[in-house]
Order: sequence, then structure tokens, then C-alpha cells
Amino acid sequence: MDRDQRGSLVKVMMRVNGAEVSADVEDRMLLVHFLREVTGLTATNVGCDTTSCGACTVLLDGESVKSCTVLAAQADGHDLVTAEGLAGPDGELHPVQRAFRSEHGLQCGFCTPGMVLASVSLLRENPQPTEEQVRMGLEGNLCRCTGYHNIVRAVLAAAEDLAAESGELAPGELASGELASGELAAGEVAR
Amino acid sequence: MSILGTRVVRTEDPRLLTAGGTYTDDLRLPELAGALRVTFVRSPVAHAEITGIDAKVALDSPGVVAVLTAADADDLPPAGDRPTTEPLLAADRVRYVGEPVAIVLTEDSYQGEDAAELVSVDYQPLEPVVGMDTALAGTSLLFPGAGSNVVGSGGQPAPDDAFAGCDVVVQRTFPNQRVAPVPLEVRAAAAHWAGGRLTLWASTQNAQQARDQVAGALGLEAPAVRVITPDVGGGFGAKIATDRDTLAVAWAARRLGRPVRWVETRNENLLSMVHGRAQQHTIRIGGSRDGRILAYHLDIVQDCGAYPRFGLFLPTLTQLMASGVYDLPYCGASYQVVVTNTMPISAYRGAGRPEATAAIERAVDLFAAEIGLDPVEVRRRNLVPPELFPYTTPGGAVYDTGEYAAALDKVLTAAGYPELRAEQARRRERGDVVQLGIGVSCYVEITAGDYSGGETSRLVVDGTGAATVYTGSSPHGQGHQTAFAMLVTSELGIPMDRITVRHGDTDEVPRGVGTYGSRSLQLGGSAVHQAAVEVREQARGLAAGLLEASEADLELDVSRGTWQVRGDPDTALSWAAVAGQAGPDGLVADVDFKPASPTFPFGAHVAVAEVDTETGKATLVRHVTVDDAGRVLNPVLAEGQRHGGIAQGVAQALLEEVRYDTDGNPLTGTLADYAAITATELPSFELVEMETPTTVNPLGVKGIGEAGTIGATPAALSAVVDAVTHLGVRHIDMPATPLRVWTAIREARS
Amino acid sequence: MIPAPFRYQRASSVDEALALVAEYGDDAKFLAGGHSLLPLMKLRLAQPEVLIDLAPLRELSYIRDAAGHIAIGALTRHHDLEQSTLLAQAVPLLAHAAGQVGDPQIRHRGTLGGSLAHGDPASDLPAVILALDATLVARGPSGQREIAAAGFFQGLFETALEPDELLVEIRVPKPAAVGWSFQKFTKRAIDWAIVGVAVQGSSVALVNMASIPVRAGAVERALASGVGPRDAAAHAAEGTSPVEDINATPEYREHLARILTGRALEEAAGRAG
Repeated sequence: MDRDQRGSLVKVMMRVNGAEVSADVEDRMLLVHFLREVTGLTATNVGCDTTSCGACTVLLDGESVKSCTVLAAQADGHDLVTAEGLAGPDGELHPVQRAFRSEHGLQCGFCTPGMVLASVSLLRENPQPTEEQVRMGLEGNLCRCTGYHNIVRAVLAAAEDLAAESGELAPGELASGELASGELAAGEVAR
Repeated sequence: MSILGTRVVRTEDPRLLTAGGTYTDDLRLPELAGALRVTFVRSPVAHAEITGIDAKVALDSPGVVAVLTAADADDLPPAGDRPTTEPLLAADRVRYVGEPVAIVLTEDSYQGEDAAELVSVDYQPLEPVVGMDTALAGTSLLFPGAGSNVVGSGGQPAPDDAFAGCDVVVQRTFPNQRVAPVPLEVRAAAAHWAGGRLTLWASTQNAQQARDQVAGALGLEAPAVRVITPDVGGGFGAKIATDRDTLAVAWAARRLGRPVRWVETRNENLLSMVHGRAQQHTIRIGGSRDGRILAYHLDIVQDCGAYPRFGLFLPTLTQLMASGVYDLPYCGASYQVVVTNTMPISAYRGAGRPEATAAIERAVDLFAAEIGLDPVEVRRRNLVPPELFPYTTPGGAVYDTGEYAAALDKVLTAAGYPELRAEQARRRERGDVVQLGIGVSCYVEITAGDYSGGETSRLVVDGTGAATVYTGSSPHGQGHQTAFAMLVTSELGIPMDRITVRHGDTDEVPRGVGTYGSRSLQLGGSAVHQAAVEVREQARGLAAGLLEASEADLELDVSRGTWQVRGDPDTALSWAAVAGQAGPDGLVADVDFKPASPTFPFGAHVAVAEVDTETGKATLVRHVTVDDAGRVLNPVLAEGQRHGGIAQGVAQALLEEVRYDTDGNPLTGTLADYAAITATELPSFELVEMETPTTVNPLGVKGIGEAGTIGATPAALSAVVDAVTHLGVRHIDMPATPLRVWTAIREARS
Repeated sequence: MIPAPFRYQRASSVDEALALVAEYGDDAKFLAGGHSLLPLMKLRLAQPEVLIDLAPLRELSYIRDAAGHIAIGALTRHHDLEQSTLLAQAVPLLAHAAGQVGDPQIRHRGTLGGSLAHGDPASDLPAVILALDATLVARGPSGQREIAAAGFFQGLFETALEPDELLVEIRVPKPAAVGWSFQKFTKRAIDWAIVGVAVQGSSVALVNMASIPVRAGAVERALASGVGPRDAAAHAAEGTSPVEDINATPEYREHLARILTGRALEEAAGRAG
């Protein structure tokens, strides 16, 4: 294959935090860099190069994924939610964000956007997890500051909050404090 | 009632949770528009002469603007002439895999990674020096001009008769292994040179020290350099000031006259960010059969990596704290520091003190096993009693306050120690596959070890009644914004949401030391407190003038933040009114707080582990701690520090290790191979409260940041060993991986 | 940290996928969930010139009851295997093992077909498929063919798939013997298995004991001759060639294989009731 043909561009279009974003990007552009550089949303962080740390976790069609191991091209046509898109339209914190604050589940904050979104996804799939299930559910998210103790408490507190807000939840069902991806208001939005 | 001592959630968090922090790689500033991206070319070999660097192909690669090597560093002042001086970029020799050899500057970062692969470097391999024994043997020298791989030594060997009176003497050699700090945010920097001035944004713990280092490296006066600290995603000692990589970024900006920025990959971080620990310990402990320890000697070999950085000084801290919480007739330490073809060693959470504690706690357990006494009982019989404080150790440390027996009692009670021993006995009786182990550690550590450097604080209350704290401290997760605001609100009654804490910008805070060594609350916080007291007294005088009353008749109602004539609330004056009287700058106090000594927090941990005796896998099931760091100003923050410290301490005991093969090739260069601890390997922790204030500072506080790590490592290791002592195991080296535990069981059985 | 440059192509049908891979030949790799391939590409250990994204092929994501077997589309994600009530009832070994792969984020992307085609003996699902005597269905320019799991894994990262073939379906026979167990031994939960054992009835397959997943033939023969689980498990390491790495020596792996096989057989027997 002709080496000059490398560096070709691909057009991607996706919804990020409810707003349409489109751009022509290198075929090899990683979704995490698309979010950070093209869309200008820098809350999602890069923490490793082996899909190990989870700092890059975002929601793709409502499910947690590690955006460092997804090509921007693979996200074409899909719905993305980053930490910036989690709060309500008037800046009201999502129950998981509220719980992270009240339980001191963050210190330096670098792992936090990914940790919060991983937790949101965990609770959607298992609304009433045990402590062990929370720890297993966050096995793909590293934190160096907190020792995980308060992160676990935050997720359990958020589970109670979400359940209280909307009664019994079936797996996959959303609490009233929760909005489906795509319905959330845009945070800092794309160009 | 004062806010101090109450649980206050952090004011930092709403921003961090919604917008995310602004870390160095997040900066989108006009000064950095069009910044070139820096990608390092690093040595793939551990020890070699560089015989040529060819950047021709790289320079033709898309987006490449420049490739810089040591040969281009003609605009830098000469480096020191010590043989072990570490250059910015390697010139004729590389001494560790990952050592920077060249930097590639490109328009974007993807191009940088492509181009860096195309820089061709010729290496003539030299015999690698890996491992302390090889270093000591000295057949291959990292620095021929130095004549030896031993770059430092100290202490004294034990006198011949030190152990003479002992019924029992135990000697053992074991590692305190090399670990990686792994902050979630890797190193990053950005630099901009304009008008004869360099601005450096860096993920650092010490902006002022970084400024001085940049100035020195570039041959500038300090005022020509400004360092700005964005949000920092964890430091743990590994981001103290700057390092050669960051200095190279600053140099490149000036050299090219264009802004530049850099963020490393995690692989680079695991290879070329400083590592921690890397000591080898030979303990000798002796005493009588009734459990009294009469003599203890610790011999240390410190691997400081390829160049002596702070690793050269770590053993002095280990030596200082060698005797731990015990009152020992003889305690001595001796050390040698060697260079090896590995990444340089520097401070990592505890920096020299976890090593001291791990050594003596292991020694006490070995001694207890030898004489057949409960290791808790042996500790009790040797703790420094309260009446001996302030206590001067054989190493020369003067412990301020301590209640070591009380801490031990509290943790044992909280853990339910007798019930744990009973459960252990039941499982042993039954011959269960999964056995239970209980590890107990007692520790003391030194915080604000560099107390004479003090810490600065400027406090300004302006004509709107708002307060701004300028602190030399530099948080990277510790919550100083909340803690220091609490100190101001507690003293002055200005509401928390009207208090701003500024740090990390050398134009705003030109003098300061920064955050490490668990110094910030006791030094930085004391400085803030003192500044608040001074502002209060300035205000009293002004308020007296405004109210035409005598100062003695005035009171500050902290709950409302108003000045008034005592008993007459109608005379209430706001802070705005009083500060408005002070002139255009408002009320200002500048404090440089320098205490007379460091402080010595202490504690005791109980770790409970289950060990699968068929596979060797150890699981930590409980971890109970007392960590007494004096008065606690915000339990939320103190607990968070303890949790994080415990996790890193347990990680060293059970999981983490930086490994090189005998050629110096890294074996743990990714987070898949380096076993950084995750949520699934840890239980929730059980923290017990205990506060024994210090008299060293007005707040009564000691440092809490590293205490959890120091107490946790020996307790967790001891729990794993304890689970299998009935099978004949006396010791397992750290980390107590399944392979190591299984091997120890097998060897004990044969 | 980022892959070498490549060209991204997207297939909108199986036929188009086959046409693209025929056009680009050895220069091209299929991209399913990307969680085996992209990590290698980011470290530049793999540098395909063309990636053919299979994501639009939704028709390859299914779990169906096909009477004698369960038919699973190659693009079915680990998460969907883990959550499938059909699979939990019919082939719980596979549902459970899929839930052990990586972490939740990885399971939201990674696919069964992608994992099998990647051919890493340290992965969990190749050994499971081997224990289940599954059949892998591949489609290529000359049509469709079936490949028995026993012959599918041929070497380290080498399978029986031709470069111009696409794995489209995995057919898992409904197990006759209901007892099952999956023992995955790691240092941390997130790690690759140091050693793993998959048991379905008296079929025993090993993770990370050779350059391919292997059946513990000596164990199976011992069981067939009436030997009990622990005694049969003593043969687990026979015919294996485990490697040495930072986590284990070959000897330790052999020991783990014996212990874990014994535990797996006991657990399977317990489930068989």
C-alpha cells in the first residue's frame, strides 16, 4: 500500500452531551483526544496507555467505555456523555456527583470524571449493588489518592439516593434524577 | 462553636466534579496558542555510550519543527563538574532505560510520536549494573571518574559488644523494594518565552523551588522565571520541584522562541518518573527471653538509581527513625548508597520513614517468633513510655509527644484482637485451606522534617470584606483550599464562600516551600492562622478608631463576622467597613512561620489477611488503624489522607514492585504489568480516632499525609506471614505475591 | 500511546467486509470491539495499514436458541453474553466467564468473535470455547465453513482463520453434562489469568498453560476411567508448556493448574447435583 495514503481523514459526527459535533479527523484519532482537542471538553483525562486506568471513561450510548481504546471513527453516529454533561440544565449535580462530594470521594480529582461515569453506568446496570459489587464494578478505574474507601461509600450513597427518588428500579431503568444520554443538556459544547 | 474539628465538605469539589480540574495538559491559554508539542527520544538500553545521533529522517517527518540534543545546549550554563552530575539530555552516555537523549518538537502530538521513532541513535552497550550486589562489586562503573558505584555512606557499624548481653539474636536480610508512585496525572509542562521572561506551567508540588531550578538551569535570575501550578493530579513526592525532563521543556521554549508543551505517556512515567524506596535491609535484633529488646542494628544499602537525586539522602531519614517507637539500650544504623543502571530514586510517600518502620517492625516480629512470645506483648514491653517525652532517640530525633501504648491498646480493642486470635486458632486446628493472619505494627514518623524552611502566608482582607490567602503550600488533592479557609473563618468569622486561597504562582507567591513531607497544615496552616491573628489585631485598632472606643472594649463576633463594642450589637461593623479603613490594599499580614522543631505523629495498625495455603494468594480482609497526628482540623480531610496512605502502604506489602531484568530492561513499564492496587484488593478501612496534640505549633497539629502508608506496610506484610507461621514460615519478602507466599510455604514444608 | 497511521474503512455488510479484506489483503485487519487489537496498535506492536470496522454489522450480534446448540453472532459483546438470560440458563459457563473478561468498560466493547480471532492463550474465552467443544463458523470468498474449536487455535495469536475470512458465528452445543466451573487465578481482579481452568462436565480446558488454550487430556482420561476429581486433577499439567513471567514460574503454573482443576471439578460436581 502506498505510504503516502497514510494520514487520511475520516468525517465523524456524534452527539456529545446532547449537542451535535462533527469534524474531519485522522483515521487513527482516539475518541479521548477527539473529546479533549476537537470538542474542547477536557474533563475526560488520559491516565495510561494500556486500557488499565479508566480515567478516560465516558458513556457511549449510556454505557461506560474507555475512550482511549475507541477510535473517534467508531463513535460516529453515537451518543456520548462526558463528566461535563452529567449535571442538570441549571448546574444541579447528578446524584452520583452529589454523593462523591458528600462522601469525599475525590482528592486530586484526576480519576474523578472517569470514576463518576463508571459509577453511573454501574448503577444503571445494578441499582442496588453490594459493597463487593461496587468494588468489582470499579476494577477498571484506578485512584491513587483516596484508597477507594470513600468512592465506594459514594456509590452506595448514590444508589440509595437514586432508589429513594424513584422507588424500585428494574435493571436498566432510569431514576427520575437520571436522564438518558442524549437528553442531557450540553455542558461546554462543541464548536 | 469553632468550625475547626468539624466535618466540612470540600469547596474544591463542585468545580472538579462538573467541569473537571484544569491540569497542565488541559490548559487552553492564549500564550500557548500554536504551542509545539515535545516528544522525548529516550534510551532503550540501560547502559551504553552514545556514538551518534542522526535526526535527518525525523526532521523530514510531517510536522517536525526541530530535534534538539545535548549538542544544542550551548546556551546553558555549564553543568556541575561532579562525575555524577545529571545532564538535561544525555550527551555521551546513557545510564537507564528511559533516559532522555533528544527532544522532537512537532506541530501536534501524534506527529511527535511518529517522528520520535525516526530519530536514529547509535548505542555501544556497556556492562549493565543492576542490583545492589552488582553495584557493590564494582566491576562495571556508571561513573568511571567517581571510581566506585558507592556514592554515599554514613552511620557506624554496631560496636562489637552491642549484642553481648542478649540471650537471643536474630539477623535477616530483606528488601524494601522499589515501587512507582503512579500519580494518575503523569508529568506535564508547558513553557512560554517572551520579553526575556520564561513562564512555565508545570504539574509540580513546589512552584518556588521549581522556579529556582529553572532559573539555575537556564542561567537566568529568579525574577526572569514565573512558575504557575495548574491543578495537579497527585504527586506523592514524585513531583517535587522539577526534573530534567521538565527543565528540557523550559529550555526548548527559549531555544526555539515558541511556546511548547509536553505530556508524557504512562510508559514514560513508569520508566522515567522517579521511583521510591529501593533499600535493602539487614537487621540484627537481640534481647532477652522475657521479650526485652536490648540491641538493634539496621544496615541499609540504598539503590539510588543511575544518578544521585534525593535518593542519596533517604537513608539519613531511615537512620534517624530507625528505633521507631521503642526505647532501646542500643540502636544503630549504617548505610551505603549505590548507583545502578535504573531510574533514579527520590521521595515517595514516607520517603525514608516507611523503610525504617518496615525494618524494625519485621525485626520485632522475627525476635518475637524466636523467643516464642506474642508479638504484641513484645511490643508492649519495649515502647517508649509517656513519661519519657520529649524523647531523644539514639538516632538524634526528639519526639515531641506520643502515647504509643495507648495507640496500641486502642487499635487492638477496635480490631477485636483476642477474637481474631481465637478464629486463627480454630482454623489452624481444623487445618483449613484458607488461614487467617493478624499483623500488628506500631510506628512513629517525622513530619515537617525541613521545619527550618518554614512556610509563608499572606492574608488580605479587602474593602468588600472578602479574604484572600496566598500560601506557599501547594495542594495536589489535600484540600488546602477548604482547610485554610476554615482557619481564616474560625479566627475572623469571614464566611467560607468569601475566602479564596491562592497558591502555586510565583508571581503571586514569590516565597514559599510547597507541599511534601506532611508539612502543609502544621507549617502552611500555622502561617495562615498567624496571619489571621495579625489581621484581627490590625482590625481591632481600626475598629476602635471607627467606634471611638478603646480596643479593650471591643469584641469580634466570629459567628457573625462583625466587630462591636462588647455587649452592644448595634455598634456592629462589617469586615468591609473595617478593611476599608485600612487603605487601598485593605488589611494585610505577611507571615513566615518557622517552628522550632518537626513533629512526630504516631500510631498502630492491625491488618487481617486470609491466605489460601494451596495457591499462596493473600487477601486483606480488614485493616484497622490508629493514626495520631495531633489535633484534627477537618476529619473529612484527615480520613481521606489516611485512606490513601493505607492503600499505598498495603500495595507495597502485597502487590507492587518495579522490576528490571539483569540487563536493566524494565519489566513493569505498563499499568498492566505494574500491579497498582485497585478497589478489588482492598477492604473498607476501620479508622480509630486519637489526638495527642503537639506543643510545637499553635494549632497543635502534626502531619497526617504519610502516616497511613508508614503504618500499613509492615502490618499488611506481617498479617500474611502470620497466616502461615504455623506451617514453619518465618518471613516472606515484599511484595508478598502469591508466588512468594507459595514458595515460602513450600520451602518451610521441605 | 497512539497507533501508527492507518486507513479506516467501514463495512456495511458481511459481503462488503469480505470484499474489503480481499482488496487490501495482508495489510488489513478486521476491527470489532477493538479491545484486543487497539491496545496492541497503541503500543505499535501491531501496525496494520487498514482497519475494516465491522461495527455496522448489527446482524452479527445475537444469541439464539437453535435447538441443539446456542448460536452466537461473532460481534456479540461480552456484556451481552454476561446479561443473557438464555445463555445463563443454557450455557452458564460461557455467561459467567464472559463476565470475568477485563472490566465493565471493556465488556461493553469487546466481542466474542474478536477475542477468539485474536487467539491469545491468556484470554478467558478461548479456553471456554474449547471446553464447550464449540464450532466456529467462518465466511470467506469461497463461502462458509465450520471449524471445530479443537482445531481453531493454532499458535500464539494464530488461528485457523485465513486472512480473507471473517468469523461470523459461534455455535455452542447445549451441554449434556450440566456441571460447570470457571476458575480464574489472578493477582488483582483486573489482571489476565496467571492460570485459568474451564470445566463443563468432564471437559477441562486451561487458560495460559501453553501458546494456545489446551484441553487437559490426561485429566479427562483419568475422569473417564473413574478417578475422583482431586486425583484426576493431579494430571492437569501434563502436556502443557507454561511460560515464566513476572507473576509465575512454570512450576508454579503447573501447581496452580492442578489445584484449580481440582477445585473446578469439585465445583462442577456440586452444580451437577
